[in-house]
Amino acid sequence: MATKQSRSAARMMMAPAVTLLLGWMLVPLIMTLYFSFRDYRPLSGGDRGWVGFDNYMRFVTSSAFWPSVQTTLVIVGGVLVITVCLGILLAILLDQPMWGQGVVRILVIAPFFVMPTVSALVWKNMFMDPTNGLLAHLWRFFGAEPVQWLSQASLPSLIMIVSWQWLPFATLILLTAIQSLDSEQLEAAEMDGAPSLKRFWYIILPHLSRAITIVVLIQTIFLLGLFAEIFVTTGGAFGTKTLSYLIFQRVLESQNIGLGSAGGVYAIILANIVAIFLMRIVGKNLDA
Amino acid sequence: MTKSIRALLGATALTATAFAASAETLTIATVNNGDMIRMQGLTADFTAKTGHEVEWVTLEENVLRQRVTTDISTKGGAFDIMTIGMYETPIWGANGWLVALDDLSEEYDAADILPAMAGGLSHDGTLYAAPFYGESSMIMYRTDLMEKAGLEMPEAPTWTFIREAAAAMTDRDADINGICLRGKAGWGEGGAFITAMSNSFGARWFDMDWNAQFDTEAWANTLNFYKGMMDESGPAGYATNGFNENLSLFQQGKCGMWIDATVAASFVTNPNDSTVADSVGFALAPDNGLGKRSNWLWAWALAIPAGSQKADAAKQFVEWATSKDYIELVAANEGWANVPPGARTSLYENPNYMEVPFAKMTLQSILSADPNNSTVEESPYVGVQFAAIPEFAGIATDVSQEFSAAYAGQQTIEEALEKAQAITNDAMEAAGYR
Repeated sequence: MATKQSRSAARMMMAPAVTLLLGWMLVPLIMTLYFSFRDYRPLSGGDRGWVGFDNYMRFVTSSAFWPSVQTTLVIVGGVLVITVCLGILLAILLDQPMWGQGVVRILVIAPFFVMPTVSALVWKNMFMDPTNGLLAHLWRFFGAEPVQWLSQASLPSLIMIVSWQWLPFATLILLTAIQSLDSEQLEAAEMDGAPSLKRFWYIILPHLSRAITIVVLIQTIFLLGLFAEIFVTTGGAFGTKTLSYLIFQRVLESQNIGLGSAGGVYAIILANIVAIFLMRIVGKNLDA
Repeated sequence: MTKSIRALLGATALTATAFAASAETLTIATVNNGDMIRMQGLTADFTAKTGHEVEWVTLEENVLRQRVTTDISTKGGAFDIMTIGMYETPIWGANGWLVALDDLSEEYDAADILPAMAGGLSHDGTLYAAPFYGESSMIMYRTDLMEKAGLEMPEAPTWTFIREAAAAMTDRDADINGICLRGKAGWGEGGAFITAMSNSFGARWFDMDWNAQFDTEAWANTLNFYKGMMDESGPAGYATNGFNENLSLFQQGKCGMWIDATVAASFVTNPNDSTVADSVGFALAPDNGLGKRSNWLWAWALAIPAGSQKADAAKQFVEWATSKDYIELVAANEGWANVPPGARTSLYENPNYMEVPFAKMTLQSILSADPNNSTVEESPYVGVQFAAIPEFAGIATDVSQEFSAAYAGQQTIEEALEKAQAITNDAMEAAGYR
C-alpha cells in the first residue's frame, strides 16, 4: 500500500512528463484560439491586430461553410457504413477454416499499411483514370462508356478510396471480437434448429456490438480530419471540400491564418459534437 | 622531397581543408517539371566547381507553391533556394522576403535576361529571382492528323478555327481527342489557362474599382466556348487534367492539339518520351479578333529567402543554374532542344538553338505577352494569367474549383459564374480593396 510520501514522490516524478504532454496539447490549441481573433495575413501586412469575432462570423457565413460540413458528414457516414458492414462480412468469412488462411488474412489487412497519399494516387491514376485506368478498360471491354469517377462521381469515389483503406482496420477489430465468441453457444443454437441468419442476428451481432462501437469511434475521429485523399484526387473540387480541406485552403491558399484558425475552432467544436453524439448513442455499449 | 614540393603539398592540403570547411549543403525546393529534373542530374557539375552539396525537395506544382509560401511567410527556413514564379516574386520582393539579386557577377551577364522575364521577376527595378526558364503558351499540334483532316494550321489561328480543327481531328474510336486543355482546379493549373483564354474573349478579373467581372458576357462566352469545345473534342475527364496529365496524353498520341506552356515543346518532340515526336507542329495561341491572344507569360525562377544563413553559397548555385554556361552544359549533354528556354536573349541569337523547331515560336509567344496590358478593357492588375495581388491565389483556387465543377457537369456555367462573382467580391471586400 502506497504511503503518503511514496504517492507524492510518484507525483513529483510524473510531473515533468505530464507538464510536457499538457503543453504539447495546449500550446497549439491556445495559438489557434489566439490567432482566430486576429487579422493575420502573412502575405499582405502580417498581423493586423485584434478583430474580435469577425473571423468566426466570416467563416460561418461564407458560402463554402455549410456544404463543407455536409460533405464531411456524408464522407464519414458513407465510410462507416461500408467499413462496418463489409468488415463484419469479411470477419465472419476469415473466421472460417480455410486453406491459406494466414496469407488471406495478411492480404485483407495489407491496404491499411499503404500511406493515404500513395493509395489515393494509385486509385486516381491506375484505377479511376478515365483514359488509361483499369476500370476504364474494363468498362470499354463490356462496351460501356468509361465513368469519369473523380469528376462525375466524386463523393462516391472518395468514399470508395477511403473505405478501402479503413476496411482492414474494421475487419481486424471485428475478427478479434468474433474469435472471442463462445463456440458452444453457437453450436447449441444450431442444434436447437436456429437458422444461420438468426444465429447471426441474435448471437453474433450483439456479441460484436462493443467492437463495432470501437470501430465507429476511432474511425470517426480520424475521418473527420480526412485530407490527403482529397488533396491528391480532386483538390477540393467537385463538391469534395470537407471542413478540414476548407481550413487548409483558407490558411495555405488564401494565407489567412486568422480565418483558418476560426475554422479550426469550428472543426474542434464539430468533432466534439459528433463524439458526444456517438458516445451517447453507441458508447453505452462500452459500459456493458 | 624538396622544400618547394613540400610547400606545394602543404598549400594543397590547406586549400582542400578550407574548401571542405566552406562547403555547404543547400536545400532546394523545386517543381517536378522535366527541366528541373534534368538540372538535378547535372548537380555534380556544380558540386565539382564549388564544393557545395545539394539536397533536392522535388514537389508537384500546387504542393510546391504551398510549401514554399508557408515556409517563407512563417520564416521556417527549411529551404536555402526556392523555385518560385512570376506571381510570387514581386509580392515577396516587396515584403522584403527575398535576397536581392542585384550583385551577380559580370560573367553572369544579368543584362542578357529577356526584358519580359527580368521585368516580371523584379520589384521596383530590382531583380529578386533569376529565371531558370521562361515560357509563354502556344499551340502544339499533330501535323499528321491536321493533314488527315484536310486542314492547314495558320501561324496565328483564331479560336473558331481551333474549334473546327479539333472537331475534324477527333476520332473517338481511335482514342484521339481533337484538343487537350487544362481543366484541373487550382489557380496555376486550370485557373491559369482559363484566365489567359478569357483575355482573348475580352474578359478580365476586375474592373478599375476591383469589382469582380464574372457577371459579364465576356466570361460567359469564354466558359461556354471552352466547355462546348471540350465536350465535343476533349478527352474524357478533362476537368481533372492539368499540365502533366495533358503532356502524357499528347505524348501517347491521344491529342490532336494541346495549348500549353512553350516549355512542353521539348518533351513532346523528344523521341525517348513521345510517340509522336516527329509529327508535332507549333503555332501561336489563338485569338478572337479583339487584339489579345490567349497566351500567358511565366518564368520558373530561383530565389533565396532573406535571412538565409547560406546566402553566398545559394547565390553561387543560382548563378550556376541560370547561367549561359549551364545552357551550354545541357546542350553538350542532351542537345540544344533540351536546354532551358525563354530566359536569355543570347539563346535566341545562337544559330544552333534557332535550328530547334519550336525556338522561334517560343520567342514570338513570349514577346507577344504583356503582363502590364493583358486585357482588352483596362484592368488594375499586372499579370496575364493571374493578378499579382496576394489574395489572388486563394480566390482563384476557389473560382477554378467552381469552373471545374461546371466542366464536369456538376453545375451549369451560369451557376459557376454566379458563385465565382460572389466568392471574388467577398474576398476583395474582406481584404479592403472594395
